[in-house]
Order: sequence, then structure tokens, then C-alpha cells
Amino acid sequence: MELPVSRHGNSPNSRWLPLHAVLVFGFLYLPIVTLVVYSFNGEGVGGFPPHHLTLDWYRTLFGDDAIWGSVVNSLEVAVGAMAISLAFGIPAALALDRADFPGKSLFRRLVLLPLILPGIITGLSLLMLFREADVKLSLLTITLGHGTALISVATTEVFAGLQKLDRAQEEASLDLGANYWQTFWHVTLPNLRLSIIGAALLIFTLSMDEIAVSFFLIGRDNTLPLEIWGRLRRGITPEINAISTIIFVFSLAAIVLWYRLRMRAEGEAEVGAGLV
Amino acid sequence: MFSRAYRAAVAAPPLFWVAVFLLVPYALLFGYSFWSVSSTQVIVHSWTLENYRELVHKDVYLQTLFRSMWIAARVMVFSLLLGYPLAYYLSFHAGKRKDLFYQLVIIPLWVSYLVRAYAWKTILGSDGVLNTLLQYAHLTQHPLNFLLYSPFAVVLTLTHIYTPFTFLPIYASLEHVPRNLVEASSDLGAPPLQTFWRVIFPLSIPGVLAGATFAFVLSLGDFLAPLLLGGPSGIMISNIVVSLFGAAYNWPLGAAISFCMLMLVLGLLFLSENLEKKWSFR
Repeated sequence: MELPVSRHGNSPNSRWLPLHAVLVFGFLYLPIVTLVVYSFNGEGVGGFPPHHLTLDWYRTLFGDDAIWGSVVNSLEVAVGAMAISLAFGIPAALALDRADFPGKSLFRRLVLLPLILPGIITGLSLLMLFREADVKLSLLTITLGHGTALISVATTEVFAGLQKLDRAQEEASLDLGANYWQTFWHVTLPNLRLSIIGAALLIFTLSMDEIAVSFFLIGRDNTLPLEIWGRLRRGITPEINAISTIIFVFSLAAIVLWYRLRMRAEGEAEVGAGLV
Repeated sequence: MFSRAYRAAVAAPPLFWVAVFLLVPYALLFGYSFWSVSSTQVIVHSWTLENYRELVHKDVYLQTLFRSMWIAARVMVFSLLLGYPLAYYLSFHAGKRKDLFYQLVIIPLWVSYLVRAYAWKTILGSDGVLNTLLQYAHLTQHPLNFLLYSPFAVVLTLTHIYTPFTFLPIYASLEHVPRNLVEASSDLGAPPLQTFWRVIFPLSIPGVLAGATFAFVLSLGDFLAPLLLGGPSGIMISNIVVSLFGAAYNWPLGAAISFCMLMLVLGLLFLSENLEKKWSFR
């Protein structure tokens, strides 16, 4: 989109703004680049310049059962969290879109709260709930925590999808004699498909990375971020850089996928040149 | 068009779940803050104001809270200083590369929080990347020790983490600035700087408020960056809570601090929401 202000292309703004942008991008990417580079550094995580480039840390990593065990735990938690968030987030979005009930605005705020509250508050509150209810801490409690906190994501994504939904299709379906359940399965849900898949991916990625809530709800088995956290406290090795690099590559793939879905959901064709 | 039964069917399950797993826990946090711990390390379910009295009387809690707010305030200001001009540049001057640049801001957001904090630790440490680079270039003889285990390291890391969070709402609000207003302003002879301060900036204030709130609130409650990079002088209020729920074993006192934090955060959210409403144009 060409903008009317471009005629002021020679104003001082246009000289320092790109410079500022370059500096900010440098700042944002410096740690990520360092992380990746030093995952190949034979000498360890410090020291400039990096030398003795090697794949040894990746080899160590692939032989590290504790890490892979925690990856499996994290995957289980993320899948469970995804199921919970969607199971309650989709109806929550429908309710916010089409139903009026007492306490609706409190409900909306409450659902969104975990997104803006520091994780420690949600984590501690759930810890107290599980303690009072005599529930033993385990991967299940973490799953419940993630699932609950991320209902917010499912609700916002699906609610945005509902805003763009063509109501006439649902009306036609109901007029032609389908019941609500059939209309939901055959008309509403397929139309929300892209929003739901996008939400699912986002929830999955966020759950894989989550640490503040998990920190308090952990039982005997570690999730990946908690396993990494435990190791960081004992000392650091490029093995952590290696696993982080791998996670980074996977998150990147998830983002690209999510972004493409989102663009398709919004029906825009020419966005994201270069990345997608 | 939707029957009563349909509306009840979609509203009831999430209402129930959210009540059990959010409303009850937050209420429980409030309840716990009035309980106490006996000398035999058992939580006593009888009501007392002792925890709140201790918070007011012992200096360490208020001091740490103020230090946390000071750290959060710096993170907020730096995130705005980095995020706003970037958002402005992308929205008004980046031309065709706008979408690519936008993606470049988003990507670090999805790199694990922990991993980014850890990366800063490897950069700032005494034999970290930065110190060895400085010595390699003969700029310093000895490692600079203030880089890691200091409030500086915490502010730097949190700024890194929350700059994209601050950027997003600002960018969204700048994208909604009607371009014909900008055009009208310059057609009427306003120089670019005046157009910016009189037209664009006021219209972007809701985004600035949202971004600033994000950065401040989320840094205020952080406990991982201070544990990893803060050292003794970078301890924040949530670190005290973590120790009260761990080794120090005083859940009720920890709950009282968390509840105060919750109230502070809700107050800030309320304030920022009202200011946003005041500044948003129809």
C-alpha cells in the first residue's frame, strides 16, 4: 500500500527510522543467533570467536533420555491442553457471540484474564485448588492448568472467526429442517475450521513453551521447559543450545503454518511475501 | 434465531469449567491470605489479618515491591522506545517490505521465553560472548561483572521479551489511523513532525496504553528472569512468593502477597482500559 506521507521521503524521519529499525531487529535477533551459533561450538557456550565447530552437542542431545522423556511429557501435556481449551473455548466463543446470560461480561473478563496476568498468580491459585481438593500433582495437573489458561486463546481466535461468519448459511440450514446439533456439525464448525486449526496450533506452541504455571503444578515428571530450567540451575552446556535450536526450528515451522492458515481464513492472497 | 436450549448448551460447559478452574482458585488465593501456618508446619484454616499486618510492617516486602515496579517501569519505557518507532516505521514508511518486517517482529515472540533468557545469560556472563568479544577486540582487559546478575540484566532481558508484545498493539492502532487524515494534515501545510504529534500520535494512544500495560504487568510478576540473571540485587516480588511456597513454607503469606499483586494488576488493567476508551475515537 503506497501512502500519502511518502512524499515527505526526505524528511529526517526517513533517515533515522530505518536505522532504528535495524538496531531493534539486531537486538531482537542477537540472542537467537548466538544461541544457534554456540550450539555448534566445541568449546562451550562462552568465548569469542566461536571455534571447533562440531555436531557433538547434538549427538550428546540425541543420547540424552531425560530430555527426550521430557519432550514426550510436553507433547502429551500440549495435546491434552489443546483438547481442553478447544472443548471449552469453542462453546465459550459461541456463547459470547450469541447468548445473553447473567455475568456475561464477568465471564468474558475471567476467560481472558490468564492471558494478561503474570503466570505465577494463575499457577499458585491452581496449586491451592489442587491442594484443597487433595489432587496429587502430576502431568495431569499441568495439563488442566495449561488447558484452562489457554481457553482464552481458543475463545479469542474462534470469536474472531464467528464475527466473519455468514449467518445466512446457518439460518438456511435451520429453515430447511436441520436441528441445532446438525447445523453446528455441518455448517458452523466447517466454516470455523481455519480459526480452530489456527487456535489449536497456537495453543500447542504456547503450551510447549509454558513454564510459569507449570512451575507450580509439577509432580514427578518434568515438561521440557522445566527439564531445561533444572539444568540451567546446575550449569550450562551447549546441549541446551542444541535442544533450543531444535525447538526454535519447530516453532518457526508452526508459525509459518499458523500464519498461512490465518491468511487463508482472512481470505487475503498477497500477504507475507518473503516468508511464506 | 438461536433457541434458549442452544444458548444454554453453549454457555453452560465453559461457565462451569471457568468457575471451577479460574474463579474458585482466584477466590481461594484470597481465602488463603487470611489463614496461617502453625509451628508444626500445618496450614491453619482460621481467619487472621496477620499476613497483611506483616506485609505492612516488614520493610523487605514493600521495598521489593517497589524495586519490582521500578524494574517493570524501565522495561515498559524501553519497550515503548524500541517498539513505537519500529511500529511507526513499519506502518508508514516500510512500503512493500511491511509484511516481511511484521513477521520478523513476531518470530522472536514464539521463541521460548526461557530459551531467550538463557541466551542472554550466555551473552552477558563473565566468560560470556560479550565479555570475551570485548577482550578479543582489546576494548577491555577484564570481564565486566555488572553485566550479569544485576537488575541491568533483568531489565535488558525483559525488554527483549516484551518489546514485540508492546509493538503489536501499537502497530495495530497505527494501521487504523485513517490515511486521509494524514493526507489532509499535510495538504493543509503541516510539516511531517506536526502531523505526527497532532494527528498520528493521539490516534495511536490506545495502542500505546495496551502495549505499556502488557509490558509493565507481565514484567512485574516475572520470577524466572530474576532467578536466572538477577543475582541478589535483582530479586523481585514474585521471587519472595516462590520462596514462601517452597523452602520458606508460608503459603498464606505468599497468598497475601500474590493477592495484593492481583489487585494491583487488576487496578492497572481497569485504569488502562478506561484511558483507552477515553482516547479511542469513534
